[in-house]
Amino acid sequence: MTVAARTLASIRATPTLLRVGLAEAIAYRAEFVVWMLTSTMPLVMLGLWTSVAAEGEGAFAQFTADDFIAYYLVTLMVRNLTGNWVLWQINDEIRRGLLSMRLLRPVHPFVTYAASHFASVPLRCVVVLPFALILALSAARAQLTGDPALIALFAAAVLGSWILTFLTLVTLGCLCFFIEKSMALFEVYMGVFAIFSGYLIPLPLLPGWVRDAADWTPFRYMLAFPVETLLGWYDRGDVLGLLGRQWLFVGVMLAIALGLWRAGVRRFEAYGA
Amino acid sequence: MIRTTELKKHYRVHRRPPGLAAAIKSVFHRKYEVVPAVDGVSFAIERGERVGFLGPNGAGKTTTLKVLSGLLHPTSGGVEVDGFEPRRRQADFLKRITLVMGQKQQLIWDLPPSETFALNRAVFDVPDAVFRETMDELDRLLDLGPISSKPARQLSLGERMKCELAAALLHRPTTLFLDEPTIGLDVSMQVAIREFIRAYNERFSATVLLTSHYMEDVAALCPRVIVIDKGTLIYDGDVPSLVKRLHPDKRVSFTRTGPIAVDQLERLGAVVSHDGMRVVLQVPGDRVHDAVVHMLGALPITDLSIEDPPLETVMRELFRASHQSRKSS
Repeated sequence: MTVAARTLASIRATPTLLRVGLAEAIAYRAEFVVWMLTSTMPLVMLGLWTSVAAEGEGAFAQFTADDFIAYYLVTLMVRNLTGNWVLWQINDEIRRGLLSMRLLRPVHPFVTYAASHFASVPLRCVVVLPFALILALSAARAQLTGDPALIALFAAAVLGSWILTFLTLVTLGCLCFFIEKSMALFEVYMGVFAIFSGYLIPLPLLPGWVRDAADWTPFRYMLAFPVETLLGWYDRGDVLGLLGRQWLFVGVMLAIALGLWRAGVRRFEAYGA
Repeated sequence: MIRTTELKKHYRVHRRPPGLAAAIKSVFHRKYEVVPAVDGVSFAIERGERVGFLGPNGAGKTTTLKVLSGLLHPTSGGVEVDGFEPRRRQADFLKRITLVMGQKQQLIWDLPPSETFALNRAVFDVPDAVFRETMDELDRLLDLGPISSKPARQLSLGERMKCELAAALLHRPTTLFLDEPTIGLDVSMQVAIREFIRAYNERFSATVLLTSHYMEDVAALCPRVIVIDKGTLIYDGDVPSLVKRLHPDKRVSFTRTGPIAVDQLERLGAVVSHDGMRVVLQVPGDRVHDAVVHMLGALPITDLSIEDPPLETVMRELFRASHQSRKSS
C-alpha cells in the first residue's frame, strides 16, 4: 500500500472516526463538562482585572472593564474549543499496554487520536454557548470586530490553534515512552503556557521582553492570536502574517511530534508492548 | 505461512532489591540485566494450520506472538508472516493478521461493540457489502445480536470475548494470533469460542496460532503443538506423537460390577483411581491388548474405555524433563 493509498484510506475512515469520537464524548459527557470547568481561570482573571480597572478610574493601562470582559470571555471560549486530553490518553495507553491495539490498525495513530478529540468540538461548542450569549448580550460585544474577513480569519486561527495545541500535547504525551510517566510535565507546560499564551494576562500588559519572547513561542498562537483577532486588534494583513507564523509552528510541531513518536514506538517495540 | 529462524528477543530489565534505601539508590544508579524471553526459536507453519503454542508462564509465548504481529522488534533472527516482515507493520500486513489478547481489549469501554465494529470497518477500509456479509456470518457463529448494542462495560466476560473476536476478525484476516482467548470463561463459553475458531479456520483457510492454559482448547483445536520453555523450543509436532513419546502408557477405565481384589488390579497396571465402582488403571502401551483381553474375560466389569493420559499430565512431564535437562547441562 503506497503512502497515497494509505492517506486516502485515512481520509475515507475519518467520517466514521469522527462519528464514533462524538459518541464517546457524549458517553463521557459528565466527565467532559467537569474537565471543561477546570479551564475557567479566565473568569477568575476577569473578576480580578475588572476590579483593577474600576479602581483605576474605569481603565488600567488603556484596558477598560469592557475590554477585560471581552478579552477573558473570548479567551475562555477559545481555550475550551481548542483543549483536549490526548496527553493523558497517550500516557494511559502506553502504561497499560493498550497502545498495542492502536498500533495494529492500518491508520496512523495521530489520525485516530486527532479524529476522536476533534469530534468533541460540537459538544465543546454547546458548553461555550452560554459564555458567547453573555458576551453577545453585554456591552462588551462592542469590543469585538465587525469585519467579516477578520471573523473568517478568526475561525482559521482557531482551527490552527486546535491543531497546534493537539500536536503540543501529543509531543508531551510521547515523552512517556522515555520517562515512563509524562503527566507531571503538563504542570510545567501549563505554567509557561499561562504566561506566553495570554491565558492569565493579556500580552500587552506584560513587560516588552515577555511580549517579544511570546512572538517566538507556539503558545501565543495557541490562544492569544485568535483571541486578539476577534477583538480586532490587528488589520487583515497583520492577521494573515500571524496566521502564516501559526501554521509554521504547526509544521514544526508536527515534525517534532512525528519524530518523537517514531523514536518512542521503536523504544516501545524494543522494551515491551 | 509463518516462519521464524533462530528468533531471539532479549529484554533489558531494571532490577532492584526491596526497601527505601534501594529505591533511593536506584534514582542515581540503576542495575539492568538482560532477560532472554525468546532465545533462538525456529518453526514454520503452513497456511490453514491450527497450531497450539504452549509453555508455562514466562516461557516466551506472548513475546513470540507480539514479534509475529509486529509489536515487538526481534533482537535477532528472521521472522516472516505471509511474505511480510512484521516489524515494518505495513498496512497490507496489518490487514492480513489479527492479534487477540484475552487480557487486553480493543472494544470502546462505554460504547456498544457495534461502534467498535464500525470503527474497525473504517480503519481497515472494509467495503460495506463485505462488512455486512462478515457481520452476518460472525453474528450467526457467535450470536452477537442481543449483545452488540449494549455498552461494552455491561457485557459479561464471555460476551465481551465474543465481541473482541468479532472486532478482531471483521476485516477477514488470514492469520490469527490468539493469546489466551478463553481465559476466565466458563466451560460452555470455552466450547463456543473453540467451535467458532475452528469454523473460521475452515471457512477462510486461516492460519491459527493459539496459546492457552486450558489444554482442552489445544486438544480440541490443534492437531499440532509447539512447546517452548524459558524461551527455547522443546517440542514441535503432533499431539499423539508427543503423548506417545512422553507417556507411552494408556489409561484404561471401567465400571466394576462385582468385587475385584486390589492385587488383581495391580497385576494389570498402576491404579490411578478407585472411586466407588469406577476404576482407572495406567497400563504400559505394549501390555494394553493383553490386559484388556484379560479384564473382559476374567473380571466382572462393564463400560470399558482406553484413553491417552490427559494433555496436562503430558505437558507437566515435558516441562519436568526440560527443567531436568537444563539443570544437568
